Amino acid sequence: MEIDADNLSATELRLGLPGTSSSSDGVTRKPSPSVGAKRALDDTRSETSGTSPAAGADDDHDAAAAPATKAQVVGWPPVRAYRKNTFQAAAAAAKRKAEQQGGLYVKVSMDGAPYLRKVDLRMYKGYRELREALDALFTNSVSAAAAAEGGGDHQHALAYEDKDGDLMLVGDVPWDMFISSCKKLRIMKGSEAR
Amino acid sequence: MGRGGSHAAPAAASPPWHALPDEVWEHAFSFLPADSDRGAAAAACRSWLRAERRSRRRLVIANCYAASPQDAVDRFPSVRAVEVKGKPHFADFGLVPPGWGAAAAPWVAAAADGWPLLEELSFKRMYVTDDCLEMIAASFRNFQVLRLVSCEGFSTSGLAAIAAGCRNVRELDLQENEIEDCSIHWLSLFPESFTSLVTLNFSCLEGDVDITVLERLVTRCRNLKTLKLNNAIPLDKLASLLRKAPQIVELGTGRFSADYHLDLFSKLAAAFAGCKSLRRLSGAWDAVPEYLPAFYCVCEGLTSLNLSYATVRGPELVKFISRCKNLQLLWVMDLIEDHGLAAVASSCNKLQELRVFPSAPFDAAEQVSLTERGLVDVSASCPMLESVLYFCRRMTNEALITIAKNRPNFTCFRLCIIEPHTPDYITHQPLDAGFSAIVESCKGLRRLSVSGLLTDRVFRSIGAHADRLEMLSIAFAGNSDLGLHYILSGCKSLKKLEIRDCPFGDKPLLANAAKLETMRSLWMSSCSLTLGACRQLARKMPRLSVEVMNDPRRACPLDSLTDESHVETLYVYRTIAGPRSDTPACVQIV
Repeated sequence: MEIDADNLSATELRLGLPGTSSSSDGVTRKPSPSVGAKRALDDTRSETSGTSPAAGADDDHDAAAAPATKAQVVGWPPVRAYRKNTFQAAAAAAKRKAEQQGGLYVKVSMDGAPYLRKVDLRMYKGYRELREALDALFTNSVSAAAAAEGGGDHQHALAYEDKDGDLMLVGDVPWDMFISSCKKLRIMKGSEAR
Repeated sequence: MGRGGSHAAPAAASPPWHALPDEVWEHAFSFLPADSDRGAAAAACRSWLRAERRSRRRLVIANCYAASPQDAVDRFPSVRAVEVKGKPHFADFGLVPPGWGAAAAPWVAAAADGWPLLEELSFKRMYVTDDCLEMIAASFRNFQVLRLVSCEGFSTSGLAAIAAGCRNVRELDLQENEIEDCSIHWLSLFPESFTSLVTLNFSCLEGDVDITVLERLVTRCRNLKTLKLNNAIPLDKLASLLRKAPQIVELGTGRFSADYHLDLFSKLAAAFAGCKSLRRLSGAWDAVPEYLPAFYCVCEGLTSLNLSYATVRGPELVKFISRCKNLQLLWVMDLIEDHGLAAVASSCNKLQELRVFPSAPFDAAEQVSLTERGLVDVSASCPMLESVLYFCRRMTNEALITIAKNRPNFTCFRLCIIEPHTPDYITHQPLDAGFSAIVESCKGLRRLSVSGLLTDRVFRSIGAHADRLEMLSIAFAGNSDLGLHYILSGCKSLKKLEIRDCPFGDKPLLANAAKLETMRSLWMSSCSLTLGACRQLARKMPRLSVEVMNDPRRACPLDSLTDESHVETLYVYRTIAGPRSDTPACVQIV
């Protein structure tokens, strides 16, 4: 879908001013700043002359300008402010509700284990229960890894990936805060964890 | 009547109808269905003008600046119901700054003076103050209907004045207004003897409402047909309200509570079972799907269902809507997805109007499986479908062509592809062919909104074929002045044109200046206009008001700007009232 392509090109590193890019094959367009997508009201706008920017040029569509960040255009899509506020509030509430009612399944990977597991964080009341459950899930893998290493350090550290993508050590924050920010669990080999 | 062409000044042998008294003409005119017909009759001759204007009871001022309030009162002295509309449509999306204008006060003042027998007042997109509401309550003995749509500037204090002062009010209809909550218990100001309410809609109110007072009000107003509650009313109170008003025809439920409780469910189901006349349902549903079956008993009778604030999704939603076999109007979120619309298509064959709103308009990551498929299915199976508003993220020409073939009876087609410049996702072509098919097939099309990747070609089609089109909305489309020229030189019936972010410049505007006087208004923002062209237009067409606005946050120093300077926003409308005097600093009349 063209939206994926947009996001990819938006994250591409390239030299040049934000808002410019080599013209694409004309498949997807972004609103060209010079045509006036109102991202920021700036004075340079008033200097633009009446002629259509790059209109005459090659593939006759507006200058392909992929803004580096997908800023919001004023008043687009045409959704009433009244409806916008209600949506956002409702969507947030719905998300919260879904999180409260549904399970909170996260992937658990263990270094050296052939495949990952999934656990429902809501099933556990605290860190101890979680560790015990993970031990139970991964007993085979643990012994296999230990055997492969030839009896090395058996200590495993439990880490998790949070909303920002950072790898964090499990146990620092209160349980409730942990389950709301944990996206993935990772059981790390003792040697790596040091 | 009127046959036989014009006769010269009445001589001895004047035709018999010249002798008919005004009352006869007035009676005849009362059969004319449309205001435009009455207007045409009034233009025929002086006696008809006199008869028509003196008997006009309903008046719609579609642009509050097109005429002055005094003009309206002078011309139509016997008006009983008036509707005034203010800000341009794009104000809904934040493109018009606060303080722009459209004050209701001058209208209320003129009406209080010139139409003391006024019964109905309706304001849309206007600035209405508490003073206005107080004046309304004090000035019209027989005031019956107050309708405020997308207005702002007033608070619950103003509502209190209406409740206390309007002894005969039948309808208090507040739709999507911004109302300041002054915590005045305005509802309790309806006197105990007051029983005439037929419509009560306070769904847009943010604050709490005294439930006991509401219940007493509902109980004593036995003619209450429309009741639309706000978020503050909890679910169990809804059940008890319904028991007191089983005659209800239109219901807005307000917010549902979060958790499912069996006893609450049973209470609701029982309450709804008693509402045998319920035909229209709406509300801000945060409903959990488990509550939907409580409504099953009313589904069969529903003709109108507005779930556009409901974040419900899943099979329960589809099951619910599929039971509403007599639905004529359906407003829903895109959470219904294609498969849900397919079910709607097969169950709701009487559907006339469909609106699908985006649940996550600003979040491209939140993908919901609603595509062109849903609209194609509905257009194929619902033969009476004539009005569509559809937000989606992808479209093809083929789908649009199919839709056009299926439904030549469209009168309103508004498609909003959320990402600007989105082409046909299969062929990567512009969507010119698709929209052209729509205008060529739907000969009765009155309203059109286009979106996606579009070139000037589509505007040539629209200009050439859309003969009945009255309102056209264009955004991020076209590639040259030609696009605008096609529209302004074609589209015989065009009344309102609103354009944003298109590469349209001065030439087509000036070349078609005369067209603008046949239209109600033109809005162009973020296009390629210069101040010089606006000045020329204003000089050429004295009966147009040419308003420009550059930065809504700053004053517009017109005098210091050259002809070459870019105009960010242009709003042009015809008027007999001359330039308005209430522009904010950021707006200048050229």
